[in-house]
Amino acid sequence: MTERERIAITVNGTEHEVDVEPRRTLVDVLRHDFGYTGTHVGCEQGVCGACTVLLDGEPVRSCLVFGVQAGGADVRTVEGLGDQEHLSPLQEIFSSAHALQCGFCTPGFLMLVTAFLRDHPSPSDAEIREAVASNLCRCTGYQNILRAVRQAADGAAVSDGPAAGDVS
Amino acid sequence: MTLRVEDARLLSGRGHFVDDVDLPGQLWARVVRSQMAHAIVREVDTTDATAAAGVRAVLTASDLPDLVLPVRTRVIQESLEAFQQAPLARDRVRYVGEPVAVVVADDPYAAEDAAELVGVHYDELEPVLDAREASSLDGPALFPGRGNIAAELEMGYGDVDEAFARATHVTRAELSVGRHSGVPMETRGLVAAWTDGRLEVWGTTKVPHFNRRVLADLLDLPVERIRLHATDAGGGFGVRGEFYPEDYLIPYLATMTRHPVKWIEDRSEHLVATNHSRHQAHLIEAAFDREFGLLALVDELWHDNGAYIRTHGVIVPDLTLSMLPGPYRVPAYRGTAHVVLTNRTPCGTYRGPGRYEGTFVRERLLDIAATELGVDPVELRRRNLLTPGELPLHRGLSAIGTEMTIDAGDVPGLLDRTMAEAGFDAWRAEAEDLRSGGRPVGVGAAVFMEKSGLGPHEHGGVDLLPSGAIRVTAGSTSLGQGVETVLATIAAERLGVLPQDVTVVLGDTDLVPDGVGSWASRSTVVAGSAVAAAAERVATLAREAAADALEVDPADLRMSGEGFGAAGYPQRRISFGELASHASEGIGARETFEVDRMTYPYGIHLAQVEVDPDSGGVRVLRYFIGYEVGRAILRDLVEGQLVGGAAQGIAGALLEEFRFDEGGQPLATTMADYLMPTAAEVPSIGVLISEDWPADSNPLGVRGAGEGGATGCGAAIAAAVDDAIERPGWVRSLPVSLEHVRTEA
Repeated sequence: MTERERIAITVNGTEHEVDVEPRRTLVDVLRHDFGYTGTHVGCEQGVCGACTVLLDGEPVRSCLVFGVQAGGADVRTVEGLGDQEHLSPLQEIFSSAHALQCGFCTPGFLMLVTAFLRDHPSPSDAEIREAVASNLCRCTGYQNILRAVRQAADGAAVSDGPAAGDVS
Repeated sequence: MTLRVEDARLLSGRGHFVDDVDLPGQLWARVVRSQMAHAIVREVDTTDATAAAGVRAVLTASDLPDLVLPVRTRVIQESLEAFQQAPLARDRVRYVGEPVAVVVADDPYAAEDAAELVGVHYDELEPVLDAREASSLDGPALFPGRGNIAAELEMGYGDVDEAFARATHVTRAELSVGRHSGVPMETRGLVAAWTDGRLEVWGTTKVPHFNRRVLADLLDLPVERIRLHATDAGGGFGVRGEFYPEDYLIPYLATMTRHPVKWIEDRSEHLVATNHSRHQAHLIEAAFDREFGLLALVDELWHDNGAYIRTHGVIVPDLTLSMLPGPYRVPAYRGTAHVVLTNRTPCGTYRGPGRYEGTFVRERLLDIAATELGVDPVELRRRNLLTPGELPLHRGLSAIGTEMTIDAGDVPGLLDRTMAEAGFDAWRAEAEDLRSGGRPVGVGAAVFMEKSGLGPHEHGGVDLLPSGAIRVTAGSTSLGQGVETVLATIAAERLGVLPQDVTVVLGDTDLVPDGVGSWASRSTVVAGSAVAAAAERVATLAREAAADALEVDPADLRMSGEGFGAAGYPQRRISFGELASHASEGIGARETFEVDRMTYPYGIHLAQVEVDPDSGGVRVLRYFIGYEVGRAILRDLVEGQLVGGAAQGIAGALLEEFRFDEGGQPLATTMADYLMPTAAEVPSIGVLISEDWPADSNPLGVRGAGEGGATGCGAAIAAAVDDAIERPGWVRSLPVSLEHVRTEA
């Protein structure tokens, strides 16, 4: 397995190129070849979702995608949401709702929820629970993650248009 | 502003976990593990692996000195050395997953390929899998000549025989708890490097100073030539950061190869290699008088510790016995534990060790007794719970080597408040209604006592920096529980600043002089008290320095925001930064908080569940926890601990179990087999945080909150399942078995 293939992947708007073995997973390429260590590996079995990134806009388990399959694709990782000084609204809500403890699963949840709220701007509580059930968290018991997604959805719905009575 | 000081880095992908550490010239290790539960190792053939592309070294036991991994928590005098694990198996393997060889290669893929080329030739032996059978001397033995019993523990007080002789009723039950573990989202991992005559290690977060002493001892290096670096940890729960075989192997390989060596456990390894826990069988008896008063408790337990004694020694069965009487008035008690070795993964602690198991057993016994006595289970508890006037109570038992004194509290009061706050009577009425309509819904309650704040000491330091920032150091470690925020808050409150202005440095053995670490719900209690004392000292020193600088009386200074101002003179101000810059030796203080006893939080768990008669599945409809924490530093974080703990406890009652086949092969080696709960299984959990009984063991008055979310789950869920299927006392083992529920419902 030593033949390598050159691939180009755009990560958070920056194009990267690397020679990889065909068996090298996308998450290893992102973490160890490109240095996007915000994406985490929890199981390498596609169960836990800690490695969730957006591949051409869709959430995928990057441990189950080979780097070569992502050649030419546009990947978005947690580093693309907001940095420490400028957290995105979703990241802010995760903090204020205490939706993270150890933070290991959090990047995966943030990417999952980013795609979910884009596709379901006014989700029901049941839809939120179903989406959040895609990934595993061992610290929070999920309660505050569900609350954060609810708040993010409600906030996003308000910010989509002027609130009633808002004349500015 | 973020809620916790940890949050911004973790939310933005800028955390610093061990797999984020990549060093120039780094090699990767892969451990070759036993595929047999019990076998003689005839030969380990490393020829092909050594010759494989990219391989730098392959090690077996014969390449290593003869040594065993240590016991960290010693609670008995007897040596356990004969049962402690060697870093690589020598002659005999005793569980599937036991390290047999280790391969080092240029990259992790090459290391994994080469590991498959290591040929291990075994003579298979009959596995030992039943702890109660294995405790007899007949049959196969893991340690020939030593049998399968690592230790026998016995403790108690009062005249048990006399109590049973005069009892009007005796209840007996055989009960068991399955094998669970913490299963943090981040697997274990280590990076070790030999740099300029020093060994540096990343990835040991939990008890770094202990692990450094062990490494120094095993590698024959002075401690000052070893530095353990802090890394973020993706969950601890008792299992992460203990000294495992790899904690010796990876540093050893770094010193041997003179290259940085990295090892990241994969999930399948984790599920067989990292400590398991729980797994006890109990035979418990209670004696009652005519008024339903408990006269005595007797418990005999078989603790399946797996193949070896690891760092936790026999602390789990010890804690099971010492905490078994819990919050009850128990005039006489005798507890016996057989610590049995079997051909399974070795065991250690997991959130609420011994209390999850003991609470299940004791509360089940009370439920069964209530049925036999014809009394309401909650009423039976009320009659036997310790009342505020009976405390402090010297229990006459020792827990983790400390004399057990239940300091203060009102358990019956918390029971009443919790039931009222949850609306438990309405839950019960609703369940009865639903049952009469054909839906098997039931409710259950459990009462328990926890322990926290173990000493013997912890260090805390506070320094004013020239920038005006404040730096806190402490011997605790950050495992995701929010201890950085807690310590920052404690310091900030005493210096009139915001927690965000405080930098917290933990877990680095060069930057923190000593530490006992983060376990046993101790960090807020013990490290928090040390940091509070240091911050108070710094506030005094800074006030004196400011008084000198401003030429005013210290008492006339007001501390605010970033420094001091003289009352009535708005222009006479000096900031913390200026004070730190002007003081020739800086302004700082280091304090040690010492304590020789634990504090005892207590709580109530309430559950309402529905059984699906077709599938046998149990769905938790409602859940509520009442918990006395003495004082909460940050209520949101206490609630987060309780809810997160409950998710683990509920899963242990209904879903999670490490099962093995009759040959000792593990059946849960992926996350698809070990059933961790998702958001679909964890119910909404209500919490009542009580701050009515501050602990007198520490100046903050806090009782640890890390474990009580899990402790009562097995007991409360079991009672609710019984109620749903209208078979009081039916659940006798955890996790509640689906096929059994189906038959009964």
